Amino acid sequence: MREKELEKLKDYKYGFSTDIENFKAPKGLNEDVIKFISNIKKEPKWLLDWRLKAYKRVKVLKEPNWQKPKYPKIDYQDLYYYSAPKSFKEKPKSLDELDPKLIETYNKLGIPLNEQKRLNGIAVDAVFDSVSVATTFKDTLTEKGIIFCSISEAIQKHPDLVKKYLGSVIPITDHYFATLNSAVFTDGSFVYIPPGVRCPMELSTYFRINASDTGQFERTLIIADKGSYVSYLEGCTAPMRDENQLHAANVELIALDDAEIKYSTVQNWYPGDKDGKGGIYNFVTKRGLCKGKNSKISWTQVETGSAITWKYPSCILQGDNSVGEFYSIAITNNHQKADTGTKMIHLGKNTKSKIISKGISAGFSDMTYRGLVDISPKSENSSNYTQCDSLLMGNKCGAHTIPYIKNKNSNSNIAHEATTSKISDEQLHYCQQRGLNSEEAVSLIVNGFCKEVLQQLPMEFAVEAQKLVGISLEGSVG
Amino acid sequence: MQNFKTDFEKTLKESNLSEKEIAFKNLNAKEFSKQGFPNRKDEDWKFSDINQIIKKEIGELKFYTGQSKETNIDEDVLLSEIKHNKLIFVNGQLAQTDFSSEEKSKIEFLDNKNDTEDQSVENSLINLNNALANKSYKLLVKKNYQIKNPLIIYHVSSNKVASQNINLKINFELEENSSLKLIDLVKDKGNKNFINIFYNFSLEKNSVLKNYKIDQFENNNIRYMFNNIKQSSNSVSETFYLSKGSTFSKNEITCDLKGEYSSAFVNGIFSLDKDKHHEIKAKINHLVENTKSYQLVKSVLENKSRSVYQGKIYVDSKAQKTDGYQLSKAILVDETTEFNAKPELEIYADDVKCSHGSASGSLDENSIFYLMSRGLSYKEARELLINGFLVEVINQITDEPIKKLIKNLYGLKNEY
Repeated sequence: MREKELEKLKDYKYGFSTDIENFKAPKGLNEDVIKFISNIKKEPKWLLDWRLKAYKRVKVLKEPNWQKPKYPKIDYQDLYYYSAPKSFKEKPKSLDELDPKLIETYNKLGIPLNEQKRLNGIAVDAVFDSVSVATTFKDTLTEKGIIFCSISEAIQKHPDLVKKYLGSVIPITDHYFATLNSAVFTDGSFVYIPPGVRCPMELSTYFRINASDTGQFERTLIIADKGSYVSYLEGCTAPMRDENQLHAANVELIALDDAEIKYSTVQNWYPGDKDGKGGIYNFVTKRGLCKGKNSKISWTQVETGSAITWKYPSCILQGDNSVGEFYSIAITNNHQKADTGTKMIHLGKNTKSKIISKGISAGFSDMTYRGLVDISPKSENSSNYTQCDSLLMGNKCGAHTIPYIKNKNSNSNIAHEATTSKISDEQLHYCQQRGLNSEEAVSLIVNGFCKEVLQQLPMEFAVEAQKLVGISLEGSVG
Repeated sequence: MQNFKTDFEKTLKESNLSEKEIAFKNLNAKEFSKQGFPNRKDEDWKFSDINQIIKKEIGELKFYTGQSKETNIDEDVLLSEIKHNKLIFVNGQLAQTDFSSEEKSKIEFLDNKNDTEDQSVENSLINLNNALANKSYKLLVKKNYQIKNPLIIYHVSSNKVASQNINLKINFELEENSSLKLIDLVKDKGNKNFINIFYNFSLEKNSVLKNYKIDQFENNNIRYMFNNIKQSSNSVSETFYLSKGSTFSKNEITCDLKGEYSSAFVNGIFSLDKDKHHEIKAKINHLVENTKSYQLVKSVLENKSRSVYQGKIYVDSKAQKTDGYQLSKAILVDETTEFNAKPELEIYADDVKCSHGSASGSLDENSIFYLMSRGLSYKEARELLINGFLVEVINQITDEPIKKLIKNLYGLKNEY
């Protein structure tokens, strides 16, 4: 039995689960549960009202069904909406008080929470199920006036900022999953960069789902004030389970005048086993608002995990001269499905956007790029460039490209290119002739195919991502 | 929809149909009543909400055509530039047939073919057509026969009809080694009608179909044309759209490449102004190995006009070695125009070569400057650039005399 488990873990090394006592909200979705969550987090009244308003809308909204990957109906009453380690009834004040089991978990995941152990300057906010367990390098950041903490803490300590910006990009009148998140979100990260500050280190959140039967609904809010810069990383893993787990997060980015936000994701949720059993449903809403002039938001994502990935990190280019970028690698293997892409909504003048999307599908998987480029009549002199390439491995998988292009302004240019191909025998032959075995050869070629996107990632992540690309495709050739 | 029900019953009562046909029509009428006109909630009609457009442009639509047969054909409708066979439909009723230049035994035009075959379609406009088209016609080109002169189908409406729904359905069958050159010419005098034309093509081995749809002349009708093409091995279909004259037009084409080495070409021009809204929606299904498709659509948009291009390449997992290509380009001449595109790829086979491109933007200022510095006026420079842009599509036409004819009709000089 033990061996069998180890055998399984070879494929997905983050698939272990931590045996820790949990403190959960009662199962089901209703007003009481929302009040419970709000109460346990000692939230102010306005936030509870806001949640309840969102919940009221959830009740009348229907789940969208236009997406390509279909999934069995989710029973929202059969989920836990709040789950936290028992030791968190009172939040530990420092790492010394933290349950050693948690520290061990994060060490195992390669995310040591102990600041001394970290070689690279990355500040981490670690989210375990529904709560944030630790945030590192707080002191260094505070010196600069940067606020980096869990969103629960921000609600307590910086209510004005939260109140001003929460829901300003993803309102509670949005689609089903986003609104559900607004009603029941539990924790997540909050970042505020004061005017003129360049954040000295990468900020990072590590999401971990541990408890079973839980949905993870975290909320991230990043505000870059005038002239500031921040690079933010997000990583995710989950244990291997035979059931499907829902992850419906909301991420809101706001860039004011001359500010820049770089948001990178390496998503490696448990993808399910070889027969498509289990895995995470990753239905995430990510949206960035370039509110000020000359602002810039850049999304980079490496999507290798999840049974179903369904997300479109978007940019609303409201400020004049603002820039939106989207770089994506999505890899699906076995029975994974992905429907991902971006939306670039040009509202301001002289706005620019760039979309580079690389999709790789292998095994029995299905991959869809779906994107929208919308240039409004007032958005003069704007331009967009889109490139989406797909690579297919075998004829049991699918690769689809569905771009929506709307140009309503004659001074603006949109260019779109897409190709679909496979790794050619010549390329493989060339590599093998030089002593690589076929898997190494494929990994090399795929990395080359993805290079444009990989080089957008911060250094530490790029190495990790490159490995991940190789691992995700293992066994897909021959 | 109340209007539709009473008009449909009235039409049915006056027609002389077998029980089977009545059942077929009833079924389709029921389906249409249920669905109604497509609206923007349908993914296929996302950019062109025909329900709204009909409401706005026509208001109350009449579905009952009555028995009044117009057979008067204005001579000025006919084209004299080219020798051709004729089929003339006035207000959706067959008025004249002329195949005099062809061998009688080799080409057949049947007007008593009512098909009752139930195709399950997810398109309520086809249901509407099936329910109301008074006859469905069939054109048969026999084995090994190559049509000598092109066939021009004139779609004429007289100035007496207004706010009327006109339906027409023709089935075409091209037997082995045959070929057909077909021009659809729209000449409307009718006022604000909704014209719904549905063609079914069946292309046997080695057959060649060339279909040119010309909507050049100014009219204020709402038009929907659907070409459903099924292709056997080695067959070729070439479809060309000149989309210009109608207030609203949507040309839809579905090509099923069911035989190896079959190929489909879809080319189109939008040349729009004055609030016009036109769409081309192409879906090419590559179902077997070694098939090829090519789509090229260009738009020039002025004065509050809007064009939409939805192209889809579907490649089945069996269809290895597919070669699929799509390109759409648009020039937005002024600020009031809009170009929407949705070029889609849906691919389940790995050894394929599929790509699409889409570009839209304004006229290139540098090119205009270049031409003006060489003595052209702004207007001339602009015209030269636009014509040069569009003529690339017309040059895809493989039939020389027809290419010449279309250039003439469009008003392009031969040097392009």
